[in-house]
Parts: sequence; C-alpha cells; structure tokens
Amino acid sequence: MIPELGHFALILALVMALGLTIIPLWGSFRGHYGAMRLAPSLAAGVVVFCSISFACLVVAFLQDDFSVRVVASNSNSLLPPIYKFSAVWGNHEGSLLLWVLILAFWIGAVATFSRGLPTIMLARVLAIMGAIAIGFLSFSLFTSNPFARLLPGVPADGNDLNPLLQDPGLIIHPPLLYMGYVGFSVAFAFAVAALLGGRLDAAWARWSRPWTNVAWAFLSVGIMLGSWWAYYELGWGGWWFWDPVENASFMPWLAGTALLHSLAVTEKRGLFKSWTVLLAIFAFSLSLLGTFLVRSGVLTSVHAFAADPARGLFVLVFLAIVVGGSLTLYAVRAPAVRSGIGFSLLSRETLLLINNVVFLVATLTVLFGTLFPLLMDSLGQGKYSVGPPYFNAVFVPLMALLVPFMGIGPISRWRDDSVNRWRSRLLVPGLVVVALAMILPWFSSQSFNIWVALAVLLSGWLLAGLWADFRDRSRNSPGLVRALRRQPASYWGMVLAHAGFAAVMLGVVATSQYSVERDLRMAPGESELLAGYRFEFVETRRLRGPNYLADGAYFAVYRGQKLVTHLLAEKRRYLASGSVMTEAAIDAGLFRDLYVAMGEPVGDQGAWAIRLHYKPMVRWMWLGALAMGLGGLTTALDRRYRRAARTPARADAHVAQA
Amino acid sequence: MSPRLKLFVPLGLFVLLAVLLFRGLSLDPQALPSALVDKPLPVFTLPRLADDTPLTTTEIVGQPMLLNVWATWCISCRVEHPYLQRLADDGVLIYGVNYKDDVPAARQWLAELGDPYEASIVDASGSLGLDLGVYGAPETYFVDAQGVIRYRHVGVIDERVWTSRLAPIYGQMGGVWPANRQSPGENH
Repeated sequence: MIPELGHFALILALVMALGLTIIPLWGSFRGHYGAMRLAPSLAAGVVVFCSISFACLVVAFLQDDFSVRVVASNSNSLLPPIYKFSAVWGNHEGSLLLWVLILAFWIGAVATFSRGLPTIMLARVLAIMGAIAIGFLSFSLFTSNPFARLLPGVPADGNDLNPLLQDPGLIIHPPLLYMGYVGFSVAFAFAVAALLGGRLDAAWARWSRPWTNVAWAFLSVGIMLGSWWAYYELGWGGWWFWDPVENASFMPWLAGTALLHSLAVTEKRGLFKSWTVLLAIFAFSLSLLGTFLVRSGVLTSVHAFAADPARGLFVLVFLAIVVGGSLTLYAVRAPAVRSGIGFSLLSRETLLLINNVVFLVATLTVLFGTLFPLLMDSLGQGKYSVGPPYFNAVFVPLMALLVPFMGIGPISRWRDDSVNRWRSRLLVPGLVVVALAMILPWFSSQSFNIWVALAVLLSGWLLAGLWADFRDRSRNSPGLVRALRRQPASYWGMVLAHAGFAAVMLGVVATSQYSVERDLRMAPGESELLAGYRFEFVETRRLRGPNYLADGAYFAVYRGQKLVTHLLAEKRRYLASGSVMTEAAIDAGLFRDLYVAMGEPVGDQGAWAIRLHYKPMVRWMWLGALAMGLGGLTTALDRRYRRAARTPARADAHVAQA
Repeated sequence: MSPRLKLFVPLGLFVLLAVLLFRGLSLDPQALPSALVDKPLPVFTLPRLADDTPLTTTEIVGQPMLLNVWATWCISCRVEHPYLQRLADDGVLIYGVNYKDDVPAARQWLAELGDPYEASIVDASGSLGLDLGVYGAPETYFVDAQGVIRYRHVGVIDERVWTSRLAPIYGQMGGVWPANRQSPGENH
C-alpha cells in the first residue's frame, strides 16, 4: 500500500510541476498577475508531493518491504537501520528520487526566500525550475520507477547494499553533492528568466549570487566527502582518481567557481553580463552532463550505476532540450553590444577575468579528458583510457598559474589600479613568504623538496594577499576587534574560501610528495619501521559485525619507546553477498595520518599481506575544502542580499560599492 | 563574424557534443574485441624488464601461462598484485606485459611489492598492447602450451574470480593449480 501511495504522490508531483511550468509562464507573457502569483503555491505542491513520495520509499526500506524491487536488490534484513536509510539512495532509482526531492527543496527555498523579487521574475524563475522538475519526474516515473513491485514471488530476503556503500561518509555524501549539482539549477533559472525578460542587470546578478554561493558550497563539501570516503574505504590510501564520475562532479564545481567570480563583476560593475549568463548555463549543463555520464553507461567507471541505453537516451533528449534550448535563447537574446563601461589592464576586473579563463580552461581540459575515450571509440579508433597522468599534467600547472593573480585579487581595486600600489602592499609579505618557502620544507623529516617549497610559496602568497587586504581594511579602525567586527559576511566568506584553497594546495602537495607506503608480508609478532614510526603486528582477531564476519589485524604503533596508538585493520566478508572488503585502520592527525590496511593471507603461518602508509598533512585538503564550503555559505549570509531582496528598486545604489 | 553570430558558437559546440553523446549510447564500453581468442599470440621481440635483453614470442611459448598486462600507473594492478604473487607461489606461470610504463618505476615496483612474473616484457610504446587489443590494465590473457590465446580476462584477478571462473579455464588448457607447494619452481 505504502509504495503505491509513494507512486501516486510522484504522479501528483509531476502534475504540480506541469502546472508550475505552464501557468506562471503563460501569465508572465500575457501580463496576467493572477497566474503569476500562483507560482509559489504550485511550488509548494511540488515540494509536498515529492516529500511524501520520498518518505514512502524510506518507509519501504526501513520496513524491509522486499516486494519492492529496489528494496530487494539493495537492502537486507540484517542491514543496520541507518544503512537501510542510506540504501534509499544507494541505487539508480532511489538516488534519482533523492535528486527530485532536492530539486523540490530548492524550488521551495526560492519560493520562500525570494518574495521580494518582482512578480514576473519570480514566476519565470519558478516556472523554469518547474520545467526541470518535469524532466526529472518523468525520468523517474517512465524509465526508473522506484516503486516497481516484485509480485508474485517476493524474495525472502534482500541482496544487501553494496558493502562499499555501508559507511557513514556515504550517508551524507550523495545528498550534499546533489544539493550542489541541483543548486546550480537556481542560477540557471535566474539566467534563463533574465534572458526571457531581456533584463540582464546588476539586480539580476545580486539575486543569483547567494544561491550560486550556497550551491557551490554544498558541491565543495560533497566532493570533499567523496574524496575522504575513497581514502579510508577503498583501502589503498588514494584520494582522487580522475575517474569519470569524479570528473562529472568536478566540472560543475570548476564552472561554478568561474561563475561565482564572474557574478561578482556583473553585480559590482555591470560588466561581463553575457559571459556570466553563459557560465550559469554552463554550470548547470555540466551537472546534467554528469547525470548523463553516470546513468547512461557510456563511460566505464567504478561508481557508475547499471547501464541502460533507454535511460541514457532519455537523459540525452532532456539534456538536448534544456541545454540546446537555453543556448539558443542565449544566442538570440543575450546582449551582443559591447558594454560602454571600461576598465584598465591593471584592475580587479582583469584579475577576475583571468580567474574565469583559468577555470574555464580547466573545465574544458577535464571535459576533454573525460570524453576522449568516448570520442575515439565513436570514431572507430579503438578503446582508450585517459589516466591521471593526463589530468595532472594539464590541471596542476593551470592551478599554479592561477595563484599569483589570486594573491593580488583581494587587495586590487575595481576599474583602475597600479603596480606601485600592489608593490607597496605585497613586497614585504611576499619576501617573508619566499623566506618561509625556503625554510619550512627543512622541518620535514625528509630532504628538501622543491615542490613542497613551491606549494608553501603559493599558499603563503595567497595568505599574504589576504593579510595585506585586512590591513587596508582595518587601517581606519581604532582597534583590532572593531576592525574584525566591522567586516561584512561576504568578506569573511572570501577569506575562508581563499585560505581554504591555500590549505588544499598545501595538503595535496605535501601528501603527494612526502607520503611513504610499504607493502609487506607480516606475521603477528613482527614489526616494521616506517617514517620514524614502528608498526608492531600484535595479533590477529576474529570479529563479528551485524552483517559480516571479519579478520582483524591488531597493531600497536610506537614512536621511539612511546606508544602512539592502536590500530585494528579489518578484512570483512559480508554474509548476504559474500563480498570481501578491506577496512583500513587510520590514526588521523593534523600533520600526519598513519594507515594500516590488510591484504590477502600469505602462506600457512598466519602471515598477511599488509600495507602501511604514512600520509603527512592529508587532512589539510579536506579541512581546506570544508573551509571553502563554509566560506561559500558565509557570503550568502551577507546583509546586502537580504536588503536587496526587499528593495530591488534601489539596486543600482550599491553598484559603486567596492 | 557579426557579434550576434558569435553568440551561436556555444550552441554549435553543444550540438557537436550531443551528437557524440548520442553515438556513445550505442557503444558498449564493456564490449571488448575478442578477435584474438583462439588465435596465436602476436609475434614480438621486446626487451625484458629485468635486464633489457630481448625476449621473443617463441621463447615464452611452450607451457600454459598467463600473460598479465600491468603498469605502475594502474591502480587496480596494485590491488591485484598480491593475488598474482600467490598464484605464482602456487606454481602458475605468469608473464607480465609492462604496458606504457616508466621502466625504473616498474623495476622499483617489483622490487618493493615482489615479482610474481617469470619475466616482464617492456611494452613502452604499447605496440604489443595494440596487437593484443589491450583496453586498459589490468588485463590477463590465458595462453596454452601451443601459444594460442584461449581466454581474455579484463579487470582484477582476485580469489573469487580465480576460483569460480578462471581456474577451470586454466585447468582446461592443461595448467595445474595448485601445483605442489613445496617446490613452486618445478613447473617452470
């Protein structure tokens, strides 16, 4: 009964979405205010019915209703309740329903928080989001119904959730990632609505900005969680693989980063309008492309869902309508005339333009690398795989190229600036940073490493720029506390995000350069010295979990004579599926992680293949990404967005503010 | 180009992309050419990884063996490695094809992780891989005593895959597994 209820709610949600698209859009072209004012109510309808539908699927999972196909194939009565809950999105159908739910959430959020928008704008934005909802709701209902039953012949028990997904990180990773992906639909809807109305102005940019920031923040944290999960769950200490599905989430992030900065220029200076609109379309299109790549099976990947050409075709047609339609609209309606506002070569506009170019080129190189195997295959050139060497070779230099400009960014002025001004503010901090870059790498336990020195230099340069900027801002304040409190939220958001980027850079380089790993054959009683730590294999243990049996390798780790920690690495065999999983044991620290993973048993004497890792500063990259996410959320809290939403008419008054 | 026309460029690029994606739908990434199955091993003369001395097809043919394509850049190969070592300890004859790799890195890898291979063939340019139709690493070809490819396995070999699917194939082409554990070198 409950699954049918869920199915019915999903159908009603589709009906609501159809209404949300057609009625307000019709009203907006006919000047019918009654029709336009229906948009928030219809939006509420979509939210309510999507929530009911999702709740029904959750209930089916929690109640072990194995007559529902997705429950039977992705859950098991032995599964702990929290994983029964996350199993809802551990499969194609359920994750699509989660996608729809999150889209409904964003629709509801726009309807709630954008009451101050002109009626016609709000009606159009909601209608466009409604149209996207139609696409995904039909996708779910017509090709991947999550409520399909297995009747008759209900299995006695389910096939279990893939053990890789039975993990706390995977409970929150997909929802956060989807919040980011789908969140770009708001910026997209604002861009398309602005194109429809022919009004691309500073007010439009200010309306889109907080939504874009929040979506970007979620996406940053979502990607970071994915990387963290891969690190501790896959059992060999890697944290980024340039896998097609990772790239699918990374490309919208890169385009979104460009969009954030371009929106700033459009809001403050009224420049780059067409460009910003294009980026908004681009960011969401890449989210859709990601969906296509993950769900159609055109590329092989470790995380892809089961391949199904019918589903692939559906997403492709949808992609063609949304992206093709919006780009056509863009081509016809975007202002082609050069704006009269100028800026000099040395100005914040130029620096932000460099940011945009770098991020766009980065997006395109990742896109090219991801699609290259497909391109060669369709041209009949055989099977290719593009690996990390390509991506690292093109991506790392691009990011390094970005940083020198990124350091100057915060202190630069709009319109016109001078090298002398930059020099006077950055010369001393810059020299300090160079000195630090020469000195700090010597403090590591290993020999001087040029790459680490460079990373210290670049990260330090970013911090130097932030520091110089803060000194400028606090110059006229009587006290430090006052100066700190006087800065707006958007400033703190920028500081967090840029400092987070510096931390990510440092973490990535330090862990890539300094990591030590060893694969060994170890028997209980033996010990091994690695990067100054002595790993002693104390004993093997037999363990029993709720739905698995495991062999455990119990380690004591010493530094000198001092006991640092105990680690228990596991090799689990899940009962329902029989799959074997490595569960690494990690002692996490700010400056180093110690990591033990178990391989196969070796020989008859109770020895095991053991992998030991010493990973310095690996946490910095996740903490940095977290800071970037927090930064994105903080900027959206800035007071001027709330004020602006209430009084859109006064929008132009703020344009000149720097 | 007029300014308005330029605005159509993104649309044009997208149309090209959409055509490509449409084409991609009809291709199956898992479907790999198996033209070489039941054909003899391609003829090659390539250096050995250990000492750069040349190694030819005729030298390695003569016993049932596994030809395992690996590389240091290949993540899954690292996962697979301990199990290959175990198979080698059990007397399975394995030759390696070090595919599009860096020779010093590959030597270091074997020094660190152990060497399950009778010998590894350096295929730096990927020419042997091309003849074999290698899609990626790891891949393993089952070659019988006459030098005829009998089976191709794409992906990691682990205990489950080996015992359920691959061991019977190895047995059919005359391989003995597990061979006498006391003298693993006897088979070679």
